[in-house]
Amino acid sequence: MNFLSLFVLIPALMMAGLFLSKSRNQIRTVAAIGASLLMILSGILTYLYLTQRAAGNLAEMLFTSDTVWYAPFNIHYTVGVDGVSVSMLLLTSVIVFTGVFASWKIDPLPKEFFLWYSLLSSGVYGFFISTDLFTMFMFYEIALIPMYLLIGVWGSGRKEYGAMKLTLMLMGGSALLLVGILGIYYSSGATSMNILEISKHHIPMAFQRYFFPLTFMGFGVLGALFPFHTWSPDGHASAPTAVSMLHAGVLMKLGGYGAYRVAIYLMPQAAHEMAWFFLILTGISVVYGAFAAVHQTDLKYINAYSSVSHCGLVLFAILMLNTTAMTGAVLQMLSHGLMTALFFALIGMIYGRTHTRLITEMGGLMKVLPFLGVSYVIAGLASLGLPGLSGFVAEMTIFVGSFQHVDTFHRILTIVATSSIVITAVYILRVVGKLLFGAVQDAHHQHLEDATWYERLSVVTLIIAIVAIGSAPFWISNMIHDSVVPVLSQIIK
Amino acid sequence: MQYTLLILALPLLNFIVLGLVDSKWKPKVAGTIGTLVLTIVAALSYYATYEYFSFHKVNGVFEKLMPFNMEWLRFTDYLHINLGILLDPISVMMLVVVSTVSLMVHIYSLGYMKGERGFERYYAFLSLFTFSMLGLVLATNIFQMYIFWELVGVSSYLLIGFYYTKPSAVAAAKKAFIVTRFADLGFLIGILLLSYFTKTFDFEALTSGNASVFAGFTGVSFMGISVLSWAMALIFIGGAGKSAMFPLHIWLPDAMEGPTPVSALIHAATMVVAGVYLVARLFPIYDLYTPGVLHGIAYVGAFTSLFAAIIAVVQTDIKRVLAFSTISQIGFMMVALGVSKMGGEQGLGYMASMFHLFTHAMFKALLFLGAGSVIHAVHSNEMNHMGGLRKYMPITNITFLIACLAIAGIPPFSGFFSKDEILTAAFQFSPYFGALMTFTAGLTAFYMFRLYYSIFWGKEHKHQHTPHESPLVMALPLVFLALVTVFAGFIPFGELVSSDRVPFHSELDLTVASISVIVALFSITLATIFYRKESKIPSLLATKFSGLHKAASSRFYVDEVYLFITKKVIFNNVSRPIAWFDRHIIDGTMNGFASTTQWGSLKIKGVQSGQVQQYAYVFLLGTLVIAALVLFV
Repeated sequence: MNFLSLFVLIPALMMAGLFLSKSRNQIRTVAAIGASLLMILSGILTYLYLTQRAAGNLAEMLFTSDTVWYAPFNIHYTVGVDGVSVSMLLLTSVIVFTGVFASWKIDPLPKEFFLWYSLLSSGVYGFFISTDLFTMFMFYEIALIPMYLLIGVWGSGRKEYGAMKLTLMLMGGSALLLVGILGIYYSSGATSMNILEISKHHIPMAFQRYFFPLTFMGFGVLGALFPFHTWSPDGHASAPTAVSMLHAGVLMKLGGYGAYRVAIYLMPQAAHEMAWFFLILTGISVVYGAFAAVHQTDLKYINAYSSVSHCGLVLFAILMLNTTAMTGAVLQMLSHGLMTALFFALIGMIYGRTHTRLITEMGGLMKVLPFLGVSYVIAGLASLGLPGLSGFVAEMTIFVGSFQHVDTFHRILTIVATSSIVITAVYILRVVGKLLFGAVQDAHHQHLEDATWYERLSVVTLIIAIVAIGSAPFWISNMIHDSVVPVLSQIIK
Repeated sequence: MQYTLLILALPLLNFIVLGLVDSKWKPKVAGTIGTLVLTIVAALSYYATYEYFSFHKVNGVFEKLMPFNMEWLRFTDYLHINLGILLDPISVMMLVVVSTVSLMVHIYSLGYMKGERGFERYYAFLSLFTFSMLGLVLATNIFQMYIFWELVGVSSYLLIGFYYTKPSAVAAAKKAFIVTRFADLGFLIGILLLSYFTKTFDFEALTSGNASVFAGFTGVSFMGISVLSWAMALIFIGGAGKSAMFPLHIWLPDAMEGPTPVSALIHAATMVVAGVYLVARLFPIYDLYTPGVLHGIAYVGAFTSLFAAIIAVVQTDIKRVLAFSTISQIGFMMVALGVSKMGGEQGLGYMASMFHLFTHAMFKALLFLGAGSVIHAVHSNEMNHMGGLRKYMPITNITFLIACLAIAGIPPFSGFFSKDEILTAAFQFSPYFGALMTFTAGLTAFYMFRLYYSIFWGKEHKHQHTPHESPLVMALPLVFLALVTVFAGFIPFGELVSSDRVPFHSELDLTVASISVIVALFSITLATIFYRKESKIPSLLATKFSGLHKAASSRFYVDEVYLFITKKVIFNNVSRPIAWFDRHIIDGTMNGFASTTQWGSLKIKGVQSGQVQQYAYVFLLGTLVIAALVLFV
């Protein structure tokens, strides 16, 4: 068996372990061990990947394996990774790991919570390792369904509404996707759904014109493409902490990743022809999301709109169809994943103490909760693109890359997108100023307890990752860049 | 000169260590370590300066050295961000300025901030700022400069908001960050434009005068102005934001909410001159390719310096007087750059600007530290809570007076020499310009002595307890900076710093010098009559010109304009409608789909009733319809 499959197998074993565990401590132990194993595994994978590349292995995908599942329909289970998927797997491992510790005290039904949580993780991992359209789609659905239960049961506020809305909209997206995938498969004339194989076939332009928008929008719904982003504020607002983290941190990246791996890679001509339309939509996402965030008072809503803006930038950069912008898009996925997970983790921890998420009802928390306060400031600074933290690296790669486009139209759009850095500063500093600084507003908040050890572990892990990417971006940026080059050289040809 | 890397590394290390230990150490330990590290950094900087100016002149030209340069992030084959160290006359000079003032502030703060909550945090932030500022001045390429540009911005944010429980401090920090961020957007777009056409970020390639680098710009214009001019103007906007040029100056007076030593370091001596440094760094491009933009810089500088000087005359908060004075003085430096050209005597303005940057950093830091010493003694920023302090605070009095004389331009203090060069350059450019700047210089002398007399002379205010002289750790930096202010004017600056790195000798222009000294003396006399003893003249004048007085006191309502634009226009008319539109129109449509589906299924649900009669009825009806269709169509 290929060792990549371990990424799916470990969550499955975690589920078995959870099923057998009796006490809360056993549940925690299983979850923590599983998440740590996944983290180690992705570390090993990164190391192996980099050594293979350093040794001169130029194959597009490494560690590939192919198993026939159902021969009559040419359905295979095909896995393999390149630099982009390796970085996504790293991101997933970090988020899954920190998510476990952020939900250390989850109540009620911890066992069931972690069961669904593990299933969700296995779906996400599966999506990133598969190179077969069918497998990919299947894992995508596996990742979606647990979401409904996780939000509906463990959420807060209008949780049934939020869960239903999120699931329905994402399901709507995956319906578009299914049509798109089948269309790609049949019109390409390939004998399997393996992406690498399909990419060698040419899909007739007439078909591309139908299936590109379907696939791109299908993934775009998940990537919070305007105007299909409204599931995000409601969904996140009602989701429990770890689910928000995993969802905004990783699941939304499935959208950007899929758009790159499927829509752009397999239908480059249509992408080239129709990019302008989607560029306008994503450009709107970037600015509009930021402006909408300025006006929110609920911490989760602010972060959800901020995600619309930041994820809009991912799709925006992908559509620029050049290597630098594409590298920037992947970096932005990583960076946004980490910092939004950090935000949601902190918001959850603050909510757990103050029982409110409205910034109008809080103030001066820095003095009471210095650890959480400082971490929130760091997350904020990462989000507004402070050099030394991951956001800066990603955004600058996107802006510089997009600006290299020969068309003036693209360059003007890039300038419009850059304006988001100012609006981001406005809403971040507004929140930081209101929430953390000033005098303590509510007398009940005077004696809150600062973060516990498991909360600290979760937060510190995320901060380390953000600082690591932000201050030493070269290795990960080069790894991604080298994987993006062959894909795009095919497109440009 | 590999060791210059330590100049950058030590403050960073210090920041990390102090940041991580936070409050686990005794405050005194953190302060001592911070100050010791800065002493080493300053010593290294001085040694580097000595070595550079003594040994790195080749054929009469100062070399450009790059002792360290590594690739940090690669964008494309030709565009990559490097992090490195560039040593040339202006960066070496800035090393001296930054490390000296920073060291003085470190020492001074040991006394000034004693017993404050968050003492360790304060020293950590100071280290972060020092690291960022040094990285900015040593940058080898424009993107590295941008990186550190943002970092100094955030250090400034953190330090202005140091008293984070005070709402006004939080608001001021936010304002400073957002206004400069807005300006930085211009800087970023400028960099994008510049690098798109030149294919490089490197200062070396951009400023070596190689015309082929700019070949890509030929014939590209936008709205009738060449794109290169747009790029350079946008980059200047970034500089104008940091250097508080009109109309982006509004953040600097508010930034005085930070601790006073921070104002001395960041908002008087170092960060606020980053814009001047940026223009000086890219000066060859401005001069050779976009002289129009360069002249624009001169006009902005001249207007700002006059505008700020007028406001400074009527402010009553001593730190705000100094803040407007800083804005005005940076205007002088911008003017000097704007009227300058490249090379030799032609480059007098360039040299004058850098000279004034140097001397101003020293005497303005001195003024702020002196003001801090006064505030420390009387616990107020307001002028009319002071008066007659010279008896209680002799050291502060003398050093403050020296700084006032220097900024007023009285020989032999340092400000006289540097300002004189600026005025000479301005007169060479245009007599009107020279006259305007001389008038502003006169205003400067007037408001500085108004300040001086109101603090140390005039009517004595009743204090709750007798004011006392500051402790030694605070007095020492004052004395040191005062000594620098007395002697710095005699540095043969043209021999060290010049636009083309070729040393030249600049003579004092006696006509200009005598005019400016006469104007300064006249203004000082006026201030002496008005403010040395209690006098009715100021209030009489204030009532006579009440319109102007009121407008100037309210800083010409620029803040109100900003507030209107941000609050009324952007927040209420852009952000709020967008948020509403999203919740009601976009989301409403999505919910509409859902409710339509629900409504439809409710309607159809009736069909599935379970009644056999109804099924049979529908069945029969269906058969009849189909039969009819088959028969008649």
